[in-house]
This record gives sequence, C-alpha cells and structure tokens, in this order.
Amino acid sequence: MNKVLMQGNRIIGEAAIRAGCRFYAGYPITPQNEIPEYMAERLPEVEGGVFIQSESEIAAIHMVIGASAAGVRAMTSSSSPGISLKQEGISSLAACELPAVIINMMRGGPGLGNISPSQGDYFQATRGGGHGGYRTIVLGPATVQEMADLTMDAFDLADQYRIPAMILADGMMGQMMEPVVFKEPKPRVYPESLMMRGAGEGKSKIIRGLILDPLEMEEHNWTLDRKYRVIAQSETRHEHYKTEDAELILVAYGTAARIAKGAIKRLREAGLRVGLFRPITLWPFPTNELREFAKKSENFLVFEMSTGQMLEDVRLALQGYARIGFHGRPGGVVPTPIELTNVVMHQYDRKGGVIEQYQ
Amino acid sequence: MMVKTLLSGFGGQGVLMMGHALAHGAMSAGYHVTYLPSYGAEVRGGTANCTIAVSNDEIASPIASEPDHLVVLNTPSLYTFQNRVARGGSLFLNSSIVSVESSRHDCRIYKIPASEIAEKIGNPRTANTIMMGAFLKVTGLVPSDIYLHSMEEVMGSKKKTIVEINRRAFAAGYDYLKESL
Amino acid sequence: MKKVFERPKSMKKNIFHYCAGCGHSIAHRLIAEVIDELGIRGVLIGVLPAGCAVLAYNYFDVDMIEAQHGRGPATATGIKRALPDRVVFCYQGDGDLAAIGIAESFHAANRGENITVVFINNAVYGMTGGQMAPTSMLGQRTTTSPGGRKSLLDGYPIQVSEVFSLLPGTSYIERCTVNSPASILKAKKAIRKAFQCQIDGRGFSLVEILSPCPTNWKMTPIESCRWIDEVMSKTFPLGVIKDLPEIKKKGDKRHDG
Repeated sequence: MNKVLMQGNRIIGEAAIRAGCRFYAGYPITPQNEIPEYMAERLPEVEGGVFIQSESEIAAIHMVIGASAAGVRAMTSSSSPGISLKQEGISSLAACELPAVIINMMRGGPGLGNISPSQGDYFQATRGGGHGGYRTIVLGPATVQEMADLTMDAFDLADQYRIPAMILADGMMGQMMEPVVFKEPKPRVYPESLMMRGAGEGKSKIIRGLILDPLEMEEHNWTLDRKYRVIAQSETRHEHYKTEDAELILVAYGTAARIAKGAIKRLREAGLRVGLFRPITLWPFPTNELREFAKKSENFLVFEMSTGQMLEDVRLALQGYARIGFHGRPGGVVPTPIELTNVVMHQYDRKGGVIEQYQ
Repeated sequence: MMVKTLLSGFGGQGVLMMGHALAHGAMSAGYHVTYLPSYGAEVRGGTANCTIAVSNDEIASPIASEPDHLVVLNTPSLYTFQNRVARGGSLFLNSSIVSVESSRHDCRIYKIPASEIAEKIGNPRTANTIMMGAFLKVTGLVPSDIYLHSMEEVMGSKKKTIVEINRRAFAAGYDYLKESL
Repeated sequence: MKKVFERPKSMKKNIFHYCAGCGHSIAHRLIAEVIDELGIRGVLIGVLPAGCAVLAYNYFDVDMIEAQHGRGPATATGIKRALPDRVVFCYQGDGDLAAIGIAESFHAANRGENITVVFINNAVYGMTGGQMAPTSMLGQRTTTSPGGRKSLLDGYPIQVSEVFSLLPGTSYIERCTVNSPASILKAKKAIRKAFQCQIDGRGFSLVEILSPCPTNWKMTPIESCRWIDEVMSKTFPLGVIKDLPEIKKKGDKRHDG
C-alpha cells in the first residue's frame, strides 16, 4: 500500500492525471491555485499532456470544450466566482453532450465574497448552474482520500453519460493534507466515433448546441432529460454512519459531514443516539435512500455551511415522513463539532427527544 | 487519543515545513492525521501557521478551536494563539525571539532559545527543527526516528549537508529539555 | 466538354440561406476551395461562431463544432493543443471577435496559437438585425445607433488586424474584401496563405474580410460593394498587414503545443 501525504488540491491534480486527464486549462483563484500549479508542473511530464493558463475562467472552460470534443480527457478548476464565469461553457458541454470534469473549491459569500471555506454553491452546482435546464453530476468528497477517488470516478461518469461532472469541495478540503492511497484507474471507455478529429475519408461530424427547429430542440431536451433520469436512478451514492440505533440522523455532506461525525462522537458520549446520512452524490441526490431512513428515525437535522440549500433536497425526500431540523452557518466560518453538539442538545434533547422543525 | 497542535511564526521560519514533517511522521507512525495551513490573504502579511491533528480514529475537523499544544516562533503568534490553547495544554516558545511571558498560568510553558542554539550549530535556519526536537521530547507524539525520516522525506532533494545539520538541530532541541510528559 | 466551375468537394449540396449580396457565401466558397486545393479536408476541424454563420456546418462538409458567442479561439485552442497535427480554423464575425470574444481572440493571437482565423467584418450585427458592431463606421446608422455612431458615446471602429499585428504571436495578417472578382481572387490567395501558414507551423494567422451586408446596411448589393470601397476601406485599409518569415530554427517548438 503506497500511502502519501498530500494537499487536497494537489491530490485532485494527481488523481486526474492518473485517470488519464491530458488537458487542463484554468485561471488563478484562491483557494484552488495549487491545482493549476500542480498541473503546470506534472502535465508536461506525461505524454500528450497539455496545460494552459487561460486568460479567463470563460476561456478555460471553452478550451476544455475544444479538448473534450477532440476526444481528450479534460479538466478545469476554480472557486465560486470563477465557477459562475464558467457556467456558459458548462451549459454548452451539457447541450453538446461532451464529457469534462470541473472542480469547485467553494469559498464564502456571493460576489467576490472571501476565501474561507463555504458550501454556498450547492444550488448552483446541483441545479445546473447555467441557463437552459440541464444537470451536471456533482460529487461531494469529505476526505482527501475521497477527493482522489471521486476525481477518478468523475472522469468515468462524465464519459459514460457524456456529461460534465463536478467535484464540489471547499477551501478547507483543498488546503488540508491527509494520507491518501491512489486506486488503480479504470481503462477509458469512450468510443472514437464521438471524437472530432477530422473527417478523414469519411462523413463529417457536427457538434452543436444551437437547434433552431422547435420540435428538434424539444426532442433534444427530452433526450437529455431521459439521460438525467437514468443517472438519477442508477448513480446515487451515500454513506451512513452509526444509524443502526439512531433516534436522530444528521444529514450533511463534505466538510460539514466531517464536523457532524465529530459531533456525533460527543453526542453519543453524552448518551444521545445520533447518526449521520452523508450524500456523496449531490446530484443525483440519494432521495430514495434517505427516505428509507425515515423508517428508522423520525428526526433529521440538516447541517450545512450555508443558510439551507441541501435542506431543500432533504425536504423533498422527507417532508411528510419525518421532522426536519436545520443548522447552518453561511460561508466564512467553519463551525466546530462542539458547536454542532450544542445545537443538537438544544434542538433535540431538551425538546424531549423531538427535533425542532425548521420553518 | 486526539491531539491537535498549532505551529505559528513568521513566513520563512519553516513553520509549514515542520508541520508537514510532523504530519508525515504521524502518518508513518500509523495514525490518522490532518494538516491544515493558513492560506491566501491570511499569509500575505508575513505570518504562517498550520494545524496538525493526530488521532487513533477518524478526524472530524482539521481546525483546532482548542489546540492541545502551541509552538510559536515569534511574539505576534503568541499573542494571537495563546488563549486558544486548551486548559492544561502546553506552549513551546522560541525564547530567543519571544521575549515576553505567556499569560497562561494553567498551561505548561517550555522556553527553548532555539535561534541561539541554531547559531551555535552553525545554521540559524534550523530553529524550527530545534523546536520540533524539544516538542517531541516532551509530547512523544511521534517517535524521533520516524520524525527524522519524515523530515528528510519532506525536505526532498535538498542537499545532504542540510539534512545532516537538521538532524543535529533536532538532537540539540531534544537534549535541551530534560523532562518529558 | 471541360468543366470549369463546380462545387468544391468540401461543400455540401445545400443552398445558402444567406441574403442576396451577402459576403458570407463567397467567403465560405473560398475557404472550401482552399481546403480542396490543400487537400486538408480529412484533417480539418472548423470552429463556428454565433452570428449569421452559425449554420455554416450546413455548407461545409468538414468536421465542425459550434462555439459559444466569441469563444471560438478558446475552443480552437483546446482542439489544436489536443491535436497539434490537425488543421483548425475559426470563422468569426465582428461582434464575435472584436466585442464579446475580444479577450479570447487577443490571447489566442498573443499565445501564437497555430490556428487560422477568418474574420468577417461587415460593420454590423447581422443575425440579430443590424445593431451597432465594434467595427461600425463613425456616423453609421444602425438600429442601436439610430443617430449614427458617435465616438464620444460609442468609441471608434476597432482595427482588429492592425492591433493584432502588434502581437509577437501573430505571423500572418491580411485584410481583403469580396466586393469584386479581382478582390475575391485576392481574398482566396490570402486565405490559402493563412492556412499554409498554419500547416507550416508559423503560428496565428488571420484574414480579415470586409464583407457586404446589404440587408442591414439598407443598400442594394451593388451599393454595398461600392460602400466598401468608398467608406469602409478608408477606416480599414486593405492589404498585407503582417507577414513574418517562416521559422527556420531546427527543433523550434514554439507553436507545436
């Protein structure tokens, strides 16, 4: 077992290269600068590896479109404000059914906000982000190990469904180091017939998102929708932790889920039977899986580093099945396990074992 | 067991390097470990700090709201972080630079004139390693031989002589303090 | 009987949707003829703009990808860097290149991307119905400059070719027009040279074509052709603007991606 201690951002770069990523374009923005820096150093060392520091986040995503169309595994990365800029291209990738991997190391607040960790981009990531009603696969790692595993998986999923896939993490995950073991990447499965490499002697290809005929446009949108339904049915992932006897289940992802685990240890020491449901795929959201847990427990508490975004997906899954509480702090401050412990004590224990329903 | 250590000093004093080496050592010793550096605008003012969490179990938050140990290489770091340290925790001060007294009477205070020792050894840049020698003597968080191996690993391709002088620096720090926890 | 005029092989058998007197169809045909002559159809990838030429894939029988408005040179960069041995060209209008996509174009040129840009300058936004373009003439009436373009409010027509020629990454830049048989032949030579430039690995090449848009200029086709000579080419002088000699240095990988 080859364990290495590496920073989250660099891990993503290394995992991408191991997964066969041979094209990266990006623009500097804190807290993810180590990704382009790593790619600038490593990509030229591998055969066919291309690194470009683009003039903008917009240019970067469109370069990724070009490389993806050409049949190369391609990636870009940024942090919240930069991801907003990339939305035009992400929408285009979705429309043209091109695979690509996009990394978002979320930072705090709307506008420029700040560079502190946050989970404020959940809506943007899971609802498509750009115009036109599309979806991207969104994976939310909670450990540096998972950043490596999910980055590799993101490339496979993107190819399989010809869809942009996003890693949604935050500044803290990007900056921290943890021990990691790289798994063996799967061989790429992507038909050459989809790659645009010149027509040769054969028929020419077109990759386009503009479909002027209304009926054709509608059919294209239905095609995309059918694909999204297949993904929603078959690609959900989640983790559950100490839920066997849980009377209260916390629902959290990414950094918040780590903090929740810390709080659960403390709460259990205090005699409260608390567990965790952690969505790993944020889109598709593990709705049915979560609903199953309503059979075990009638109390759920959503915990996010936002004012309540994943909360909406939890409500869609559990409304009418269980009581749903909420605790969140918007970007800038990373809550502590002690804080969450106290919140649960206050909202749950003192209410006689019933969670205070969030209005 | 869960031990969180915060290391802090000026940029260039090797704070992040020693934190990295400590985290690597903890990993090599078979622990769960996280390393979180300060980043972005926070470090542009010239200070650097990092937090290392070491545990037998999965680590929830890499942030230390109440670190067990604090290692400071300059005075501003003492002012910034001393009141965060958990009751009964320990503070390690580079007393060559930190001339003020800590206000924490409920913590163990270890003063190591690391910069002076470093001068004597012949390389003033080894003060960080001297601090780590003293820190590991007291805490025993990671066995010395494992730490030294990790330190070499983290220093990477640097010259043999640099590694050698850091080994001597570590020993000097280790021997400076008589007691251990 | 000898056939003296036929459809280029790299053109599909479709009828152009362009307005009567429009320069796009001429530019399309010239590019297709050059593709045939250079024998590059099989290794060619075209990047299309938003604008009237957005449907050019209906006419070109080559691999084509449609870029978002203005992002052609970024998309082309991605393709070319991924496939350095293919020939990649970008077809762009004035709004696409000189307004919304000026950053992508400027930086692709500055990086010396080994691609070819065919830049159709008709001093107006065609597809959206005749709004002011970054290359509209001072005083030109458009739907968004009903009183005529005023420098104080709207700035000046951007001389893309002159500006780009200052960038060390560009190797060949020529401005042509397609308003007469002679100028059409000249334009074809320029397009051919621009593609050859890319094949020779010389870096960024650009051919600007002053192109009539009778519909939005509210002129007849003949008046439009005359307007190019009498008005437009005064601001946008025709001719070779930059032509760097071929890089002879062995092992020079400046443009190899």
